[in-house]
Amino acid sequence: MSEDKIIVTISGKDGVGIVAEIATVLAKYEVNIEDIKQTIMQGCFMMFLLGDISKSKYSFKEIKEAVCASGQKLGMEIWMQKKEIFDKMHTI
Amino acid sequence: MSFFNEKSIIETINMIKVQNLDIRTVTLALSLRDCCGEDVKEVGEKIYEKITKYAKNLYNFACEIEEEYSIPIINKRIAVTPISLIGESCKNPDYVYLAKVLDKAAQDVNVNFIGGFSALVEKGCTKGDDLLIESIPQALKQTQRVCSSINLASTKAGINMNAVKKMGSIIKQTAMLTKEQDGIGAAKLVCFCNVPGDNPFMAGAFHGYGEPEASLNVGVSGPGVVRSAVENLAKDADFGELANKIKQTAFKITTTGELVGRRMAEKMGIPFGIIDLSLAPTPAVGDSVAGIFQAMGLEHAGAHGTTAALAMLNDAVKKGGIMASSYVGGLSGAFIPVSEDAGMIEAAKQGVLTFDKLEAMTCVCSVGLDMIAIPGDTPETTISGMIADEMAIGMINKKTTAVRIIPVPDKTVGDYAVYGGLLGEAPIMKVNSLSSETFINRGGRIPEPIHSLNN
Repeated sequence: MSEDKIIVTISGKDGVGIVAEIATVLAKYEVNIEDIKQTIMQGCFMMFLLGDISKSKYSFKEIKEAVCASGQKLGMEIWMQKKEIFDKMHTI
Repeated sequence: MSFFNEKSIIETINMIKVQNLDIRTVTLALSLRDCCGEDVKEVGEKIYEKITKYAKNLYNFACEIEEEYSIPIINKRIAVTPISLIGESCKNPDYVYLAKVLDKAAQDVNVNFIGGFSALVEKGCTKGDDLLIESIPQALKQTQRVCSSINLASTKAGINMNAVKKMGSIIKQTAMLTKEQDGIGAAKLVCFCNVPGDNPFMAGAFHGYGEPEASLNVGVSGPGVVRSAVENLAKDADFGELANKIKQTAFKITTTGELVGRRMAEKMGIPFGIIDLSLAPTPAVGDSVAGIFQAMGLEHAGAHGTTAALAMLNDAVKKGGIMASSYVGGLSGAFIPVSEDAGMIEAAKQGVLTFDKLEAMTCVCSVGLDMIAIPGDTPETTISGMIADEMAIGMINKKTTAVRIIPVPDKTVGDYAVYGGLLGEAPIMKVNSLSSETFINRGGRIPEPIHSLNN
């Protein structure tokens, strides 16, 4: 179900352990990572992560709170959204 | 395994974060027709019970969806059956009391506006309509969240000039009774021609006669997104290219609204009604319809060419939006409220955007003379004259038009009316000083227009 897919977007200064930190949180909250892409854009590190929350016993809200907290810890800007919004907006 | 495109993700996040894309309102539209009864207190209780039952989770569900998609939902609102119809069933009608009931219900379910203190009188007034209209000044003084709208004209029926005359006086009284807040009562009162019964935006939202028991209507925003898209085009891009860009942008904005609307309706267990394609500005920097005109190449809103720019914008928004949703309705177009649009405020301050130009613009936009502050000593019949003009534009052009003007007590040209929040602030605009009195005092109804010989 596309409703169970989430996109986590992280941006900020590149550093050691960003992917590890986010992946650890997602693992703890039983989110399966399906794809990761990263890039440097105008000197800014960006990572996009596609996750599946269908097997998680945690709610979207709980997962988001945890992910956002780890973003804060890393000093990075972090967004977690259901993937549907991108699918709807950019496909006819 | 599903795929994603990081460019789309960055674009979406930018639209929300930098260009102020938001869902302007999720509006629960609710029928109160089963709340009729002989005793007004009993009717009030039934209304309170029904609204609080249906809207109990409106606020919380909207907050959940905000989280899921990380898109702000600015307003959670309710629109109900025109109250004139409900109050009329009582032997002892008390419309101010019913307004207070609506206010209390809205407050208790945490919505900021409730619309439907309304009457549809384009052909004539019933007893209940008359009583409701007369109670508007007190109702809007004694409540915070209630919005009132009166439909005075339609292409089918013509213009009810008796009611137009009366509304000139009602608007002035309403402003006077709320004079310590620059006549804010009048900002919650709107006169319509060809009013839609599924509009989710205030102050004109109500639940129309042909609507279902309950539905969820959505209004999107997005002037900032359109402006940015237009700004990123080459300065010499022609109008075909410009219109296409606006259509593509409107499509993206609307799909988001549709997604949110459908999710909300699903959560609330009621049908999804419509999405309103209006570009609704806010006083926030960049979130301005006037800013789109500038991006198109006009020096400021009000320049010659503004009406053409607005016509193209409005049309392109509809064309792009209609592809993105199964059901489009409401007002659907670009709003041009003066006090709620930073660019309009600036143009009005500089004196380059005049009342008359605004009137011309309303011929091609989705609403009308909206949130315009005028001197407090403007005669009632002059206000009625303004309403009559606007109703005529709607009637002849078979479109919705509206008037929401505020005669700001004790203030005149050069002063400012300040409301704060989404209602913004506005410089008091100069109005024509010629008298309309004898014309307005004729009364009666301007007959329905002919539908052929269209010249």
